Amino acid sequence: MAKKKFVVGCFDDEAVLFPAVKKVRTAGFKIHDVYTPFAVHGLDHAMGLRETSLHTAGFIYGITGTSTAISCISWIFTKDWPLNIGGKPHFALPAWIPIIFELTVLFAAVGMVLTFCYLCQLAPFVKKHHFHARATDDLFVMVIECTDKTNVDDLKAFLQNNGAVETDVQIAEEGWWLGRYDKDEMRFENKQIVAA
Amino acid sequence: MHLKYESQLREPLVYGDKTYAQVTEDIVRPIEAKPTKLWYIGFYISVALLMFGVYSVYREVTYGIGQWNLNKTVGWGWDITNFVWWVGIGHAGTLISAILLLFRQGWRTGVNRAAEAMTIFAVMCAGQFPIFHMGRVWMAFFVLPYPNSRGPLWVNFNSPLLWDVFAISTYFTVSLLFWYSGLIPDFATVRDRAFTKLRKRLYGIASFGWTGSTKHWQRHESLSLVLAGLSTPLVLSVHTIVSFDFATSVIPGWHTTIFPPYFVAGAIFSGFAMVQTLMIIVRKVFGMEDYVTIGHIEAMNKVIVLTGSIVGIAYLTELFMGWYSQNKYEGYTFWYSRANLFSPYGWSYWGMMACNVLSPQIFWFRKMRRNIFVTFFMSIIVNIGMWFERFVIIVTSLYRDYLPSSWSVYYSPSIYEIGFYAGTFGLFFTCFFLFAKYFPVIAVAEIKYVLKTTGEGYKNQMGKIEEQKLEEFVHEHAH
Repeated sequence: MAKKKFVVGCFDDEAVLFPAVKKVRTAGFKIHDVYTPFAVHGLDHAMGLRETSLHTAGFIYGITGTSTAISCISWIFTKDWPLNIGGKPHFALPAWIPIIFELTVLFAAVGMVLTFCYLCQLAPFVKKHHFHARATDDLFVMVIECTDKTNVDDLKAFLQNNGAVETDVQIAEEGWWLGRYDKDEMRFENKQIVAA
Repeated sequence: MHLKYESQLREPLVYGDKTYAQVTEDIVRPIEAKPTKLWYIGFYISVALLMFGVYSVYREVTYGIGQWNLNKTVGWGWDITNFVWWVGIGHAGTLISAILLLFRQGWRTGVNRAAEAMTIFAVMCAGQFPIFHMGRVWMAFFVLPYPNSRGPLWVNFNSPLLWDVFAISTYFTVSLLFWYSGLIPDFATVRDRAFTKLRKRLYGIASFGWTGSTKHWQRHESLSLVLAGLSTPLVLSVHTIVSFDFATSVIPGWHTTIFPPYFVAGAIFSGFAMVQTLMIIVRKVFGMEDYVTIGHIEAMNKVIVLTGSIVGIAYLTELFMGWYSQNKYEGYTFWYSRANLFSPYGWSYWGMMACNVLSPQIFWFRKMRRNIFVTFFMSIIVNIGMWFERFVIIVTSLYRDYLPSSWSVYYSPSIYEIGFYAGTFGLFFTCFFLFAKYFPVIAVAEIKYVLKTTGEGYKNQMGKIEEQKLEEFVHEHAH
């Protein structure tokens, strides 16, 4: 896969990150992504990302479950094998509501989780480039994609002026590949193990 | 400046002056340290119980249901009692993770991960009972509707027992997905600070390559919210459907319209008691007192006293209806087989009343709600009481049926029936011990999310806002 050049700026406070995102965008740089240890509300809007449509997908999966349940049960009980249960109607919709409901929920939940994993390209054994190991701990890592015209030193200084505590330049692959994490650099090579 | 403010009257949810890094360190440390002696002792006891359970199940599968003391009259005994009990316990996990998420209750963040784990393990235990009660367990797949060479002969979609199959399996699947999707970012946290190769590799696989990208977090939030929205009616439906197993029959004592809300309240009641039992141990053993605070315990005790009282009203309503309906079979079941202390199973009814209705009333007192020992003791009492409730419902309705010649006045479990139950305890605690050792027992990312509004250190800094004059405040915070 093609390798690209990125300038990385790390922030230790989301309150500093927000104005920085705003300034970087108005200065005309393209933010590749911001990696955060938890969901920072409003950051997606600040970065100008569009709303996710995952919930719409969930709704579609849900009604698929509903119609699957209704069509299967009604076909089975009225056409394929109309079982006489105490002379009650073959088309017994009220009695089917529990299963119709359960299948709606099941389809919606499973479908949404699979879609989520597909959209985010998440799966076991998947590996991606990590710009900073502390991005899942306590740092908010802003990654800016470089073009031919980008002056890297200026950009680093610009980020530092806007509160970045660490900056560096990385050449990295985009996307994902199959890989292991045990060859990565260890953050705590000789860590003292403290008993719990 | 980004203003995050919460009233000083609210207790902090995270004690101590923590930073994000400190939160990670505190929660992930037990995973990185060697297990303590206590952990090994607990784990081995659980495995031993599990082995006994496996042996009991082996006896039952090899020699048949006759290994249990069920008979023609009491056809459901300990097995279904235990099934309903375990399913009920599971409900608190979903309540905490889903319903409290929709209600924006910040305190759920401290306990949701462990409670969801409890849900999954409890549902796993519950599922064993109806499956092995089938007798010929190798035919268990017959409950699934699939085209077959027997007609095709389909399952009965009008039967509550089949609704149960769908409800429990959906519940298990959805809970597992909800739990695991929440775990992915936290596994990534463990992975990125791991200092052994094996750990880095395994948590790397488990974290699905999570990076913490903003777009991924946005989708993750949407996913959690919709899964919470789906789980909320789901959790109510599951115990409603379990109650239909009884309510749609014509057995006096079971044929009651009050069952669905009564079962759901009882499920949440027993589930919260189990969460208390587990969390009080976990916070002590792993030193998580800063994250699972007395405030959390008090909040859960409030839920316990509320749901316990709902259950109490349901018991009294049943008794009233037993008389008011003037149906002599109903009256007999409620007033002679249950409420009469001197009937053969009267002790179980009054045990249930004492444990579920009377004793939780102690939680009207704030001092008691905030007392760890009282809470721990009560959590055990409540779970004993809720086991009695299911036993009362099942056995006291069955043992004297319409035909006095087939009355079975004394049903007591065989050693393998008890062994099966003990075995599910083994399964539950084996899973829970492994979970507590290898998984982040508290949702790291979610604690970080609420840290700046509810952490003690941050709250203290915000205290001055309350005394500040308006002009000063505007001067400081306006851009």
